[in-house]
Amino acid sequence: MIDIIQQYWKAFLWTDGYHLSGLAVTMWLLVVSIAFGFCASIPLAIARVSKSKWLSRPVWLFSYVFRGTPLYIQLLFFYTGMYSLDMVRDVDILNHFFREGYNCTILAFGLNTCAYTTEIFAGAIKATPYGEIEAGRAYGMNKFTLYRRVIIPSALRRALPAYSNEVILMLHATTVAFTATVPDILKVARDVNAATYDSFNAFGLAALIYLCITFILVALFRKAESKWLAHLRPMKA
Amino acid sequence: MEKLVVKDLHKSYGSHEVLKGISLKAKAGDVISIIGSSGSGKSTFLRCINFLEKPNAGSISLSGVDISLQKNKQGELIPSDQKQLQTMRSKLAMVFQHFNLWGHMTVLENVIEAPIHVLGLSRDEAIARAEKYLRKVGLDAQAQAKYPAHMSGGQQQRVAIARALAMEPEVMLFDEPTSALDPELVGEVLKVMQTLAEEGRTMIVVTHEMGFARNVSNHVMFLHKGLVEEEGHPDEVFGNTKSERLKAFLSGSLK
Repeated sequence: MIDIIQQYWKAFLWTDGYHLSGLAVTMWLLVVSIAFGFCASIPLAIARVSKSKWLSRPVWLFSYVFRGTPLYIQLLFFYTGMYSLDMVRDVDILNHFFREGYNCTILAFGLNTCAYTTEIFAGAIKATPYGEIEAGRAYGMNKFTLYRRVIIPSALRRALPAYSNEVILMLHATTVAFTATVPDILKVARDVNAATYDSFNAFGLAALIYLCITFILVALFRKAESKWLAHLRPMKA
Repeated sequence: MEKLVVKDLHKSYGSHEVLKGISLKAKAGDVISIIGSSGSGKSTFLRCINFLEKPNAGSISLSGVDISLQKNKQGELIPSDQKQLQTMRSKLAMVFQHFNLWGHMTVLENVIEAPIHVLGLSRDEAIARAEKYLRKVGLDAQAQAKYPAHMSGGQQQRVAIARALAMEPEVMLFDEPTSALDPELVGEVLKVMQTLAEEGRTMIVVTHEMGFARNVSNHVMFLHKGLVEEEGHPDEVFGNTKSERLKAFLSGSLK
């Protein structure tokens, strides 16, 4: 174990000497896909609960497809599937985009987590107490203000526990990134395993790193909950 | 001059007509109590005034300005100008039976919310207003940082009244403001409302509190099955009741 740490700690944490690798790549995948998923899911969640079928149905279909298929297959589809099409290779910009493993990974991860996050937020929006919406209307808020000041802030708070779960699941899901040759923590562990045949320590070390990230994420969400969910807790004595 | 004029309001749910033509005139300083048994349409009438419910016929004007209306596909009247509707609503602050405070905001945030984001006040102005009205309803500085869920029903309703006052509205609408309260908390809310009435604020109050209707308001409307069965000065309505139905209602509720 000590040998592996001494020899590979840099690769596990941020670089294999040429490129970013390990923890840095995993965090990059996680942060970018979560950020994309979060930003895109708010308007999508609003559309998802809309009374207009033209808005809600396409979002329903999107989330049904991305939650109904394995992430692994989504990644293979974007990475190898798309690139096998002539019409993708023939268009310069698509050709460049889909040739890059990072792009395909971020695309698959971003859309996948966006689908789950959309459903979490949509559920939270639906659970907004109707009286609070009515109060907003009665005080002269327009639709935009009502969403921005009442519905979304209230829904995001309510969604926080479920959302923290999604972020941690997404962290664990990043381990399929090696399929697209992205050198995340697991990829480094596999390389170490291949070089040393010390499978126990190579993968054990990887597991420990994931455990640490999870620990930090849970702590951060705890903090966030104590700040933003104070109104739902029993009052401090 | 009349602050609020409602003319011949009708409202149906499907084939069931709950309001069969109700009119109301409120001058500045009027306190109008609307009483009646449940199902008489009194809450629906109040909620039609600020278009939380869509009436099917009738007209509403606030401070001499008619609200322009158009029919939607279901045959209900909807304001044709959303801006006008929002302006009108901001002048008609409502107090709800179940308070309807915004749960994720503190007391102070609840009270400054609409003044800032609807009326366009600066944060400092809004806070000054909020503090003034929170004091008026008897809530001290300590209460400002609390969340609604951490307060008693009576306190929450007083916050809701402060939230309404902070709009400095033309007319205040009260939708059974004490009906969801424990009996021992009713008094503190009624006392605040009485103070407001004495200040000359224009109030329309749907209530089951006959004491309030009799002693505080200067006009009482008794609704029965979607029509005004009897109305007038409380001394007249309570002291010299004409309608049999109102007599029956009062003997039931004054037990």
